[in-house]
Amino acid sequence: MSTTGPLGRSSGEGRLFPLLTGAAAVLVPCLVAGIALVLWRESLLSIREFGFAFWRTSIWDPVAGQFGALPFIWGTLYSSLLALLLSAPVALGIAIFLSDLSPHALRQPLIFLTELLAAIPSIVYGLWGIFVLVPLVRRLEIATPAWLKGVPLFEGPPLGVGLLAASLVLAVMMVPFTASVAREILKAVPSAQREGAYALGATRWEAIRMALFYGRTGIIGAVMLGLGRALGETMAVTMLIGNNPRISLSLFAPQYTMAAVIANEFTEAADPLYLDALVEIGLVLFLITVAINALSRVLVWRVGRERTVRAGRPVPAAAV
Amino acid sequence: MTAVKIETRAKPRAPGRDEAKAEEPMILIEDLTLHYGDKPALKGISMQVPKNRVTAFIGPSGCGKTTLLRCLNRMNDLVDGVRITGRILVAGRDVYHGSMDVTELRKRVGMVFQKSNPFPKSIYDNVAYGPRILGTRSRAALDQAVERSLGSAALWDEVKDRLHESALRLSGGQQQRLCIARALAVEPEVLLMDEPCSALDPIATAKIEELMDELKSRYTIVVVTHNMQQAARASDVTGFLLMGELVEFGETPKIFTTPGDRRTEDYITGRFG
Amino acid sequence: MSWNRLRRKVVSGAVVAFCAAAVVLALIPLGFILFFVIGHGLPALNAAFFTQMPKPVGEPGGGMANAIAGTLILIGLAAGIAVPIGIVSGIYVSEYRKTSLASAVRFSADILNGVPSIVIGLFAYTTAVLPFQRFSAIAGGLALGIMMIPLIVRMTEELLNLVPPTLRDGALALGATRARAVFTVILPAALPGILTGVLVALARIAGETAPLLFTAFNNRFWSTRLDQPIASLTVQVYTYAISPYDDWHRQAWAGATVLIGAILTFSLLARAMTRRLERMHRP
Repeated sequence: MSTTGPLGRSSGEGRLFPLLTGAAAVLVPCLVAGIALVLWRESLLSIREFGFAFWRTSIWDPVAGQFGALPFIWGTLYSSLLALLLSAPVALGIAIFLSDLSPHALRQPLIFLTELLAAIPSIVYGLWGIFVLVPLVRRLEIATPAWLKGVPLFEGPPLGVGLLAASLVLAVMMVPFTASVAREILKAVPSAQREGAYALGATRWEAIRMALFYGRTGIIGAVMLGLGRALGETMAVTMLIGNNPRISLSLFAPQYTMAAVIANEFTEAADPLYLDALVEIGLVLFLITVAINALSRVLVWRVGRERTVRAGRPVPAAAV
Repeated sequence: MTAVKIETRAKPRAPGRDEAKAEEPMILIEDLTLHYGDKPALKGISMQVPKNRVTAFIGPSGCGKTTLLRCLNRMNDLVDGVRITGRILVAGRDVYHGSMDVTELRKRVGMVFQKSNPFPKSIYDNVAYGPRILGTRSRAALDQAVERSLGSAALWDEVKDRLHESALRLSGGQQQRLCIARALAVEPEVLLMDEPCSALDPIATAKIEELMDELKSRYTIVVVTHNMQQAARASDVTGFLLMGELVEFGETPKIFTTPGDRRTEDYITGRFG
Repeated sequence: MSWNRLRRKVVSGAVVAFCAAAVVLALIPLGFILFFVIGHGLPALNAAFFTQMPKPVGEPGGGMANAIAGTLILIGLAAGIAVPIGIVSGIYVSEYRKTSLASAVRFSADILNGVPSIVIGLFAYTTAVLPFQRFSAIAGGLALGIMMIPLIVRMTEELLNLVPPTLRDGALALGATRARAVFTVILPAALPGILTGVLVALARIAGETAPLLFTAFNNRFWSTRLDQPIASLTVQVYTYAISPYDDWHRQAWAGATVLIGAILTFSLLARAMTRRLERMHRP
């Protein structure tokens, strides 16, 4: 029996092959580390100047040299979480329909259509958002009865652009992504589980509920992956959110997100502190999305492992 | 015809047993034909499954015995493109009739699968699943149902101190008995068993065969098996299927010692299978 | 029917209805978007769009010829970076799948996949723009290439794993070294699938805007030089969309239509290729 050495090769094999291919492979983790390092280095000025107060201050005034990034955290979390609330049930519904309820003939065309939805570029969503969604939201805002307008949630002039428009477009963008990962999870649940439930007299929903229970960690992972996407979404958000660094509870108020401020202000930032402040925002955005992605990956893997099949990555179309 | 040497357990017959044969059958199948798409899987099957007995379906792979079993609780409904003609009456009621509620049918006709499939929950929650969806809420009633079912499945003593552990930690044989308990918890009239021992070692298998013998006094049992010796040992009535047809059906001792059809004899003596 | 059974049936029916409604709900924006984009974009597509440069601010007319060429150059650069690295890495991860490096690569690829594109733009800015003090097509290509790498690595690995082990065993039994077996037997078997996947990845990054904003930047003039800022369809559409000019809005719709048309074509092509592959491998 041959033994495998540190490079994974068996004794008696050439050294060149694993070395060369390994050299290319090692670039990938190096890239991730490199990105973290570079972001860290380029934001040092801002980190040293402001420390943690950067994230507690809410005044963002580049002209006066005041940089407080709290509005961006607020806007990012508010818009993404609202979008999550709107998109998760729909995405789950789609996943359940495609895996358990759809008539056979409809399945492939519907899957294709959801993939199409996922393939539409962010800029196109933004374009559609500006010219179609924003006027619609504006009409909605105008139509809001006066008594409702008193509530902080609905305060403000009917601009159209603002948190609501951005969250809506984010929700639309998140749905196909979350739905496809959730569908893979449901597919990985052994059919014996559903059959067991049916054989005990379960209704359709009760059997599906058992499958959902079996895959619950993976489904949470799928939802988190969708959240990770939303947090980093740039173009559609910056075109619809109003780009105002103001913390507000109102759905109608223009606000700002981390990705949007970088996109908008980076090319105009002249002094080093301004630039470094923006990069620091990028660094935190990076860390947050890495953490969420790492966590959701672990969750999605667990369901795959239970089945003792190659762990949770979506199977390419060719194999299905 | 050569006498075939297969051991059949001599079953002590209680007085009055012979009248049982004249009883209404638990399951009446009339000219059942099933197609997957345009391929016929069952052809014109007719039989009467007696109450409170163990009925075995035997036959080579692909002969349709599992398909036939799954017709009895309409599990074949879950497969695309299945067409069924003929009638199946369970306790006098047409199973495929429009007015039959499938979930109720499956409560009355329970099923245990080839490979045990406990839910990823505790032993208690597995057995309590059925009663819970049927509306039983009270803790006391559920406790009772769980103890009763686990007792009937000869598993109670082994798990009574760890009811809240995960069911997945049980051994293969215990998991299968758990699935039997789970099926019994909804108090069915019929218990269908699809090759229940094929994934088990001989000791676990023997336990389950013993269980079948105990359970038949309260339930009607239909078991599919590819193990002829098991059918000979454990069943009262046997049906031999070949390529979708019911070749022969009758009392187990007769089938195995003096089969009426040549094909049955060939299968039993191992000429094919 | 007992009350409990009725309740269960109603709940089950409601859930089924909800799921079907969810599907319809998701398809509505899709239809909406396609309808609007194509409805506004098709009329604005004319020969001028594909052949002319943008006109100065305020003047009507002009086109996006430079932007289209720019996007093609950028995805070419990205592919040049990502395809070799991605495929070779994929080969390593597939061949030596139990090593810790392979696990690290898989993990990093998934992480990299989830990094927001604007952050990747920041990285490319620092490494390819700052040292040379200018925006360039190469910087843009680098950013897009980094985004493509994880897609290619994962896809290559999965496709290589799908090649039946009998093929590899056959090659090795004939005395081939591991490298030879991979390059002469396994990789060619997976190649059609890999090419399909590359197409799909290209379609995905062709639609990216954020990473180009401060790498390739933009260019009003025709330029194919790699060391200069270069126009791209996505950034051009963005610039026009947020401008106050109607004519520019029209052209933005046109650009979006071209984008969607290209992505649709790539997807359908990839799908057709996958179907053909499935049919070829079926016994």
